[in-house]
Amino acid sequence: MIEFLSSLTPGPHHWLVLSSILFSIGLYGVLSRSNAVGVLMSVEIMLNSAAMNFVIFNKYISPGAVDGQIMAIFAIAVAAAEAVVGMAIFVAIYRRCWSIDVSTMDLMKD
Amino acid sequence: MEHSGLIMKFAWLIPAIPLMSFILVGLVLRPLSKRIAGLAATAAIFICAALAYLLAWQYFSCAAHEYAAVVPVTFEWLRYQAGLSVQMGVLVDPISVLLMVVVTTVSALVHLYSIGYMHEDEGYGRFFTYLNLFTFSMLGLVAAVNIVQMYVFWELVGVSSFLLIGFYYKKHSAVSASNKAFIVTRFADLGFLTGILILGYYGFKFFADTSAGQTGPFDFAYLNSAAFTTKIASMPSGIFDFSILTLSMVLVFMGAAGKSAMFPLHIWLPDAMEGPTPVSALIHAATMVVAGVYLVARLFPAFAASGSALMMVAYVGAFTSLFAAIIGITQDDIKRVLAFSTLSQIGYMMLALGVATPAHPLGYTASMFHLFTHAFFKALLFLAAGAVIHAVSTNNIWEMGGLRKKMPITHITFLIAALAIAGIYPFAGFFSKDEILASALGNGHTLIFAVTLTVAALTAVYMFRIYFVAFTGEPRTHHALHAHEAPKIMLIPLIVLAILSAIAGFVPMGSFVHIGTAPHGGINHAIAIAASAAAVLGIAAAWFFYAGQTARAASAAKAFGIIYLAAKQKFYIDEIYIFITKSILFRFVASPIAWFDRHIVDGGVNLSGFLTRMTGQRLRYTQTGQVQTYGFWFAGGLLLVMLIIWAAIGVKS
Repeated sequence: MIEFLSSLTPGPHHWLVLSSILFSIGLYGVLSRSNAVGVLMSVEIMLNSAAMNFVIFNKYISPGAVDGQIMAIFAIAVAAAEAVVGMAIFVAIYRRCWSIDVSTMDLMKD
Repeated sequence: MEHSGLIMKFAWLIPAIPLMSFILVGLVLRPLSKRIAGLAATAAIFICAALAYLLAWQYFSCAAHEYAAVVPVTFEWLRYQAGLSVQMGVLVDPISVLLMVVVTTVSALVHLYSIGYMHEDEGYGRFFTYLNLFTFSMLGLVAAVNIVQMYVFWELVGVSSFLLIGFYYKKHSAVSASNKAFIVTRFADLGFLTGILILGYYGFKFFADTSAGQTGPFDFAYLNSAAFTTKIASMPSGIFDFSILTLSMVLVFMGAAGKSAMFPLHIWLPDAMEGPTPVSALIHAATMVVAGVYLVARLFPAFAASGSALMMVAYVGAFTSLFAAIIGITQDDIKRVLAFSTLSQIGYMMLALGVATPAHPLGYTASMFHLFTHAFFKALLFLAAGAVIHAVSTNNIWEMGGLRKKMPITHITFLIAALAIAGIYPFAGFFSKDEILASALGNGHTLIFAVTLTVAALTAVYMFRIYFVAFTGEPRTHHALHAHEAPKIMLIPLIVLAILSAIAGFVPMGSFVHIGTAPHGGINHAIAIAASAAAVLGIAAAWFFYAGQTARAASAAKAFGIIYLAAKQKFYIDEIYIFITKSILFRFVASPIAWFDRHIVDGGVNLSGFLTRMTGQRLRYTQTGQVQTYGFWFAGGLLLVMLIIWAAIGVKS
């Protein structure tokens, strides 16, 4: 049983499917969450799925190099910075509107 | 023969000085001081006149008696392709020099007169600006080297005439008169332009074969060349039996008839009298209205090559002269009588050109001679009438009377002009009218000769009718009783023109202006006696009916009954025009077109606007302003694009 399980080594397809599922979950969250923090979290999920693709392709296409890993770490660092900016914006919006519900934010219509 | 004189090289200054003066006076001086503007405009035209005299003296004093056409200055204005270019320049030949002298002389005197006449008018500076513009345009027209240049200046004189007729733009009648003049002449110019285009088309087509050193197919020298005219005279145009030459000449004559107010395009000229009187003297008597005559004279060889076009000129001219003279007898407005008199005299010039043939070209000289003398005595008549109107503040001759004693100088000058136009020896009109009559009879046009002789008598009648009613007898109104002589600055032009009207007939025109062989000078005695008898008869009739009392005139009018009434109403030509335009053209042509424009064309435009707006209204609802909606559309779009790419390329391996 253990041997069987260990023989089921996931190939690149499996990893890419996982990444696609994560991306889709993130996209769904971005489009459907009404809480701004939730939207931000969904964006993070999408970013991570993209970072994951870097790692996957690095492993299966040029295993000797580490370019993909570096790029993934870079993306994570940027995402962290971006999350800070996003949270700061939410705080500002909350101070102004007493709400961070994105479905009520339609200033672009005017 | 070498025309290398300095003045010949500077001939372009004659039209250029009024242009510069127009710009200077209009833009710089007019806002500064109206007095200086008027003086500067007048001075410019006087310089111009002096140059024209120098040019004429130099041109005509050269030894040879064959005065060739010289083009001292020219530059290329438009170039379409090789062999199809249009020049602007100055053409110096006998008739252009003659016209330059006439135009600058009359224009200078009218400018001088206007300083006094327009003295109290608030549009004083504007008036002189327009007058300068007109003088420039007219001189450019006269000096035109080709028919396109003539057309350009032809329209410019039309515009200046429009501006000056509508000078009192607060007066409704003046505005409508200026519109009428502009529209009627524009309508005629449509024919002129079509004629030019036909001539240009065939001129260009045959230019390589038939030109003899001319610069372009529009040059007068080329259009008049026998090689070209015989070529197109033999080509059928498909309209009636006209050849291409006849058709284009008839169309060109339509333009000439519009500008020279020949029947049936004469309707604008009587109304043009709404303009200030100096304008009537300059534009609507002496210069612009003879532009049509000048055009026909310019293209005389081409007209002569097409006999039927020239016959039309003769009969239109003869009919107009008779028609206008009859109306002239019945009018009460002094300026309108003079306007109809102008029509009649221009008819004379036209018929003189029409009866001339290349073999017997006396009529050509006669026409130019009459143009020359008529310019002086008709300008004088108008300026004297202006002085009278200035004094009695009315145009109606029945509200004048007894002005002989109140305005002695005006009276004498008017009398001289009236004698000149009636054709009494030794005043100017006698000589030119004699030549016209001789040319009509000499070329066997008995009917035209009879008409001309009748008109000579009628001319004397209507002119002395004004004279007897306005200047003799008792003053009929308070204004006439207290009339006083015009200021000196207005009298000087009157006196100068009176002297010219008295002596201009002695100019040996035949040796200066002729086409082909020089005609014999001198008076045809039999014709002179007949013409003088007709004139004396006319004066006697005017004296019998109008001197002192009006009962005889009234009974005569009653005797003529319906003819008199019709003539008084100008034979209802205006009403016929209104009927044709309003009841027929407007109702059956213009209104349906207007409906089509308003409903179909505008409707189509409005519909497209409406559709766009409605689509926008609907699409507005997609713009919620929420990021998530946009994100949804973005993601959906991205998916769609990916699917399209997938479908297009397919999956490899």
